[in-house]
Amino acid sequence: MFSLYGYGPSIFEGTILTLQVSIVSLLIAMLLGMLGALAKLSGTRSLALIAQLYTTIIRGIPDLVLMLLIFFGGQVLVNQIGPAFGYDEYIDINPFLAGILTIGFIFGAYMTETFRGAILAVSRGQIEAGTAYGMSSFMAFRRITLPQMVRHALPGFGNNWLVLVKTTALVSIIGLDDMVRKAGLAAGATRKPFTFYLVVAVNYLLITSISVYLLKHIERRYSVGVRET
Amino acid sequence: MDFTLIFENIGIYFTGLQNTVVLVSISLVLGLLLAVPLAVLLNYGNNSIRLPIRAYIYFFRGTPLLVQMFLVYYGFGQFDLIKDSLLWPFFKEAYFCALFAFTLNTGAYTAEILRGAIKATNHGEIEAAMAAGMSKLLMIRRIILPSAFRRALPAYSNEIIFMLHGSALASVITIVDITGAARIINSRYYSPYEAFVTAAVFYMTLTFIIVFLVKKLEVRWFAHLQPQSNNPAIEAPP
Repeated sequence: MFSLYGYGPSIFEGTILTLQVSIVSLLIAMLLGMLGALAKLSGTRSLALIAQLYTTIIRGIPDLVLMLLIFFGGQVLVNQIGPAFGYDEYIDINPFLAGILTIGFIFGAYMTETFRGAILAVSRGQIEAGTAYGMSSFMAFRRITLPQMVRHALPGFGNNWLVLVKTTALVSIIGLDDMVRKAGLAAGATRKPFTFYLVVAVNYLLITSISVYLLKHIERRYSVGVRET
Repeated sequence: MDFTLIFENIGIYFTGLQNTVVLVSISLVLGLLLAVPLAVLLNYGNNSIRLPIRAYIYFFRGTPLLVQMFLVYYGFGQFDLIKDSLLWPFFKEAYFCALFAFTLNTGAYTAEILRGAIKATNHGEIEAAMAAGMSKLLMIRRIILPSAFRRALPAYSNEIIFMLHGSALASVITIVDITGAARIINSRYYSPYEAFVTAAVFYMTLTFIIVFLVKKLEVRWFAHLQPQSNNPAIEAPP
């Protein structure tokens, strides 16, 4: 059943790569999202402005355009900078790097909004209580805000993750061997495109369904002690 | 950066703009026409109707648009049944395939948005409609759908923007939309910044126009929820 005209293992490798791209991008997105949210709430005008500009621009441009810009543009940039540092050979930009950077960058913007809302949802009194105990603002953030914002961030976070996984299909366009591209190669060789793309579609459904299940589980865990309305 | 080459080739971007706008508009209209009956059936239909609709929505919301487009564009040719049918002249065309995939995709998302909006209808309104002796169909048409559309508008405006951004994928199957134009310029002059930044500016402008139009529509549709302070007729007596 998993042989798929002999291309089963190849599709499986692609699936692993899709998962790798998803997870690494998610980590980048979470980092950027946290920085963005803190910048927006920092009260420093210039920082908030930069974060605002970041989220507005990202939400105005299609992910594919951004990915092509970073992939092709990055290529040119690296090869302009290279010779300046005495490196004369042509440098090929790694599609994996371009992929995770783009996807992480895009979803960092969405995470910014999610995290910002979650931080705001933690009651002000909690942080004041922390300050009253003599905690520094960083410690209050780490010990009080962070654990409590998780519950508020999870629904939005889960949504972003599901969209992110589907967005990773774009990396096949810049030549990364994810499952979509593997399916394309297999389809070309066997003349069975529908079969292979359907397998990939089912794989995506599996990934998203398992994610939804796990997220529900985590959500329940973090809502312990909160009365359901 | 040298934007003179963009100005020299701006024509191709406008061709792309036209293609993007037409493609997105048609998909959105057809998707909405598909979504309304599906959303109604999801709320008021019986299980044997609901199950296939649920499966359709689950599939199209759970898989990437790119894969859906490939399934139609590359995949349908695998079946002799389709290849020999009268539909083949359509499915042979990349443009039609993109339109087909986009319509089904946005139809699924829109149906889900509308389903929620219909479900949230105030019980009192439905009871009032029943008390007034409306048939179910009349009630859906006059009471439920108008208020559901209103509630769905904010989420639907997001869907419009997602569709606009998703339409960039059409360039992958040879269609010259805005992204397609940028890809042509990039491969012709090897100038990725100019090519893709211009495309980005086009998309951003379109996004802002959509956001602006939806805001205007929201003001109109939610007029009854606006604060009345700016209405001089109801000023508090001195």
